[in-house]
Amino acid sequence: MPRPGFVLDVDRSTPPTLFWRGEGFSLERLPPDRSRIIYPPEPLEGIENLTWAIRQALLHPIDMEPLPALLRPDMRLTICFDDASLSLPKMQRPDNRQRIVEAVLDLAADAGVDDVHIIAALGLHRRMHEYELRHVLGDRIVDAFLPRGTLYQHDAEDYENLTVIGETDHGEVVEINKRAAESDLVVYANVNQVAMDGGWKSLTTGLASYRCLSFHHTPEALQNTRSLMDRHHSALHHSIWRMGKVLRDSGPKIFQVETTINTDAFPSPFDFLSKREWEWTGRDRALYLGATKSLKRAPDTLKRKIFHSIEAPYRTTSVQAGFTESVHERTLENVHAQHLVEVEGQTDILTMGIPFICPYNPESIMNPVLVMCMGLGYLFNMYRGKPLVREGGVVIMTHPTYADFHPVHHPSYIDFYEQVLTDTTDPAEMATRWEKQYAEDEWYRHLYRTSYAYHGVHPFYAWYWGAHGQQHAGKVIIVGGHPQAVRRIGFTPASTLNDALEIASDVVGRSATISHLHVPGVLVADVK
Amino acid sequence: MKALQIRRTPTRFGMARVVSAVSAAGAARVGPLEYRSVDEPARPGEGWHRVHTRLAGICGSDLALVGGHASLYFENWVTFPFVPGHEVVGQLDDGTRVVLEPVLGHEARGFAPPFPGAAPGDGDDYAHLVGGTLDPGIQTGFCCATGGGWGPWFWAHESQLHRIDESMPDERAVLVEPFAAGIHAALLAAPHVDAARAGSTAPIVAVLGAGTMGLAAVAGLRRYVPGARIVVGARYTRQRELARELGADVVVGGTELQRAVRREAGCHVIGGQLSSGAHVTIDAVGSASSIADCLAMTRPRGRVVLLGMPADVTLDLTGLWHRETELKGAYTYGTETLPDGTSVATFDLAMETVTAVRAERLLSATYRIDDHVDAIAHADAAGRRGAVKIAFDLREGS
Repeated sequence: MPRPGFVLDVDRSTPPTLFWRGEGFSLERLPPDRSRIIYPPEPLEGIENLTWAIRQALLHPIDMEPLPALLRPDMRLTICFDDASLSLPKMQRPDNRQRIVEAVLDLAADAGVDDVHIIAALGLHRRMHEYELRHVLGDRIVDAFLPRGTLYQHDAEDYENLTVIGETDHGEVVEINKRAAESDLVVYANVNQVAMDGGWKSLTTGLASYRCLSFHHTPEALQNTRSLMDRHHSALHHSIWRMGKVLRDSGPKIFQVETTINTDAFPSPFDFLSKREWEWTGRDRALYLGATKSLKRAPDTLKRKIFHSIEAPYRTTSVQAGFTESVHERTLENVHAQHLVEVEGQTDILTMGIPFICPYNPESIMNPVLVMCMGLGYLFNMYRGKPLVREGGVVIMTHPTYADFHPVHHPSYIDFYEQVLTDTTDPAEMATRWEKQYAEDEWYRHLYRTSYAYHGVHPFYAWYWGAHGQQHAGKVIIVGGHPQAVRRIGFTPASTLNDALEIASDVVGRSATISHLHVPGVLVADVK
Repeated sequence: MKALQIRRTPTRFGMARVVSAVSAAGAARVGPLEYRSVDEPARPGEGWHRVHTRLAGICGSDLALVGGHASLYFENWVTFPFVPGHEVVGQLDDGTRVVLEPVLGHEARGFAPPFPGAAPGDGDDYAHLVGGTLDPGIQTGFCCATGGGWGPWFWAHESQLHRIDESMPDERAVLVEPFAAGIHAALLAAPHVDAARAGSTAPIVAVLGAGTMGLAAVAGLRRYVPGARIVVGARYTRQRELARELGADVVVGGTELQRAVRREAGCHVIGGQLSSGAHVTIDAVGSASSIADCLAMTRPRGRVVLLGMPADVTLDLTGLWHRETELKGAYTYGTETLPDGTSVATFDLAMETVTAVRAERLLSATYRIDDHVDAIAHADAAGRRGAVKIAFDLREGS
C-alpha cells in the first residue's frame, strides 16, 4: 500500500534534503525548527491489464455511446494525441497513447472505417521528430500511416487548414484544425501527468491556431490563474472551458480518452531520487555520490543525453473515456489521488530544485527562460487553495541557469533572451511591446512549420506561465546559477543555499519559515 | 631627446609576437618599442613646424606594431626607425594649439595636390607617399624624417595642421583624428543608405565593435547619414552605454549582432548566414572572424566597410562571391561628399563632431611617456577594463 504524501518538520536529526540542480543534484541542510519538507505521496498501484482497461473504457464510456456505436464505414475519423511535452520523463514503451490509438484503430477496422487521420496535437510546440513519433505511437502505426500522409502534425499557422468553429460569449474565437473540425468523430488520446492538462485544454490548445490560443495565453489570464492545477480558480481554464462549450455546441463530436499515471518516474540507477532521504540505503548513498561526482565532471551535452534518455517506468492508474467534461472530472479525481498533500498554512520562503526538464525542452536544453517557466510557472503553481509561500515571500530555486539554448528547438527564445529580457521582464509590458513582432516573424514561422522549432511567440507564453508567481513573490533567488543569466531573467543569484537564505532575510526577516517542495515526485499542495 | 621609438629588429618583432599572446605589457617590454634617446630629426624644409606633443593617443594600429602583428604590407611604405604617434594634439613654438592630420600627403612631400583644396589623404596614386622631399612613410608616426607624437616634439607640415581655440580642450582634440577615420567609414555607408531610402526600405547599418573607431563611426552615422537604423554589437558594458549615447538605435553584445540584424531585417538564417541583412556593415574590429561575421550579416549586394585594420587573414569568400558583397576599405580620411552633394574635409566634420558629442568622455586614462608599458597594457585591455581611449600626456607638469 503506497504511503501518502506528508509534511516533515525539519529538526536537527533530519538528514540533508535532495535538491535538483538541472542535470545534477545536491543534498542541502534546511534550517531546523523553521523548515518543513513537503513529500509527495508514493506512486499508486497501476492497472494490471492496461490494454484490457483501455478497451473497456472505449466500450463503456462516460456520458457517451460506446465507441463502436459511433463508427461507420463512410465516416471521417480523426485521432489526435498529446505531443512529446508529455510525459516527463518519457514513459517506457509502449506509451499509453500507442495503446489507445491501437485500440481505437482496431475498433475502426472492425467497423470498416477507411478515412482515418492521426494528428499530433502540438499547438505551438515544436514538431515531433520521427523517433519521438515512434516512441509515442509505436512502429506499427507510424509505418502504416506516416508514408501515406495520414499521420501528421498540427500546424497552427496553416490557415488553409484551420476552421473557425465559433466565438465564446466573451468574443474568443475558437479556431482549430480543419480536418478535425470537419470530422464525424474526433478521438483524443491523452496522458495526464498533472491536473492542468486534459479536458477541453487538449483540443483548444493542441489543435488551435495562434489566434485562438492568444485569447487565453495572456499575462492577464495567467496572473489570474490561481493555480494552473486548479481549473476552477484559473482564468486560463475558464477561457478554455468557454471554448469547450463552443466546441460542444458547434464543433465535431469528440470522444476523449484520458489516462492518469503514477509518479514512478525514475528507473534504476536513478530510483534513489524518488526515495525519502532517511530511507536511503547504503547502495542509494553510493549511487548518489557516484552519480553526483560523475555528473560534475561530464560535459553538459553528455549529461543531457543521459537524462533525456531516461524512460520512466510509470504505471497507469486510471483510464476513462467519453464526453470530455465528464471524463476530465474523473481524471482529476485520479490525478489528485496521486498528487494531493494537505499542508497547513503558508511560509515565508519556498525552496525548490529545478530539474533538467520541463514540458518545453524534451530532448533539449533547459534555457533560462524555461528555468523561470518551470520554477514560477509549474512548480510554484503546484498548489490548490493558496500558494505555499505567502504573498511577498521569497522563492529560492537551485539550477545552473546557463545561458545555453538549443538553436533548432528554441530560436525565438534566443532572441527573446537577448532582446526582450534586456528591455523588460514584465509580462504585460512585453506583451504590448514585443509579442506581435515575434508571433509574426516569418523566420520563426518558417522554422515552426518546417523544422523543429517552437513557435515564435512561445517564449512569451513560457514567460507568462510564471506571471502569477512573479507577481506573488517578493524576491526570487537562484542558487548556483550563472549570475548574468539569473539577473537577465530578473532574479537574484546566490552561490549557496545559506547565501540565498541570508539574502532572503532582507525581505522576510531572519527567522523566516521555509517550505521545501520535494522534487522529484509530483505533488500538489492542498494549502489550508 | 628621449622618445618611444620602433626599430627594425626582427628578433624583437618575433618576441613581441610570441609574448603579446599572453601579455601586451610583456610585448611592450621585449618588443620593437623602446623608450630611448633618439636623434632629433632635421627640419624637412619650408612650411614645416615644430609641434610639441600635448596628448598622443594609442591606436589599434600602434598596438599591432608593438605586439609584432603589423602586416608586412607596410614594409615599403614606412621608414625605420620611427617614433610612433599619429593621434596628436600639440602646440607650435608660438603656443598655438593644433590637431595633427597625420597623412603625409602631396603638399608635405613637395608635390602639387591632386585637386585644389585637397586634403592630405586625397588622391588615387600613392607614389608620393614614398617619394618627394621625405623618406617613405604613410603618416607622421611611421616616418623617420618627421618624428611622431610619442616623443616630446616632431615636425609637421602646414598642410597637416588644424589650429584649435581655447574652447576645445586637449582631451577632446586628441580624439579628432580617430573620429575623422570613423566618420569617413560612416560616410562610405551613405550611398547604400540613400539607395535603400529611395527604395522605401528602412536602411540598416550594422557596426561590429565599439572601441574608439566603432564609436566614432556610430557618431558619424548618426550625424551625417540620415535615416540609417544603426545596430551595434559591442563586447563590453561601457562600450554599449557609449554606443547608445552616441546615437545607436539598437545595441547588443558582440556575439548577438547577427541575430539583432536579423530581427531588424526580418529575414531568415540559412546555415550561418542571414538570407538578407544589413545594407552596410562596418567592421571596426578587423580580424578574420569579424570580417566573416560581417559578410554573413550583410544583405546580398550590400557593402562591408573595413574600418579596423585587418592585417593577415584567412577567409572563405564564397559568400562574398555568391552575394556579390562589396568589401570596402576605410583608411583614414580626406575630402568627403555629403549626401546633400557638398564637399567637405573629413577633419572639419570631425572637429564639429567631437564638440557635439563631447568626445572627451571617450578618453579614459592618460599616462606619462615613461609609463608606456602600463599605458600599452591598458590600451590593449581597454574594453574589458571599461576604457576606450588611452593616451600619453606630455604636457609640462604631467
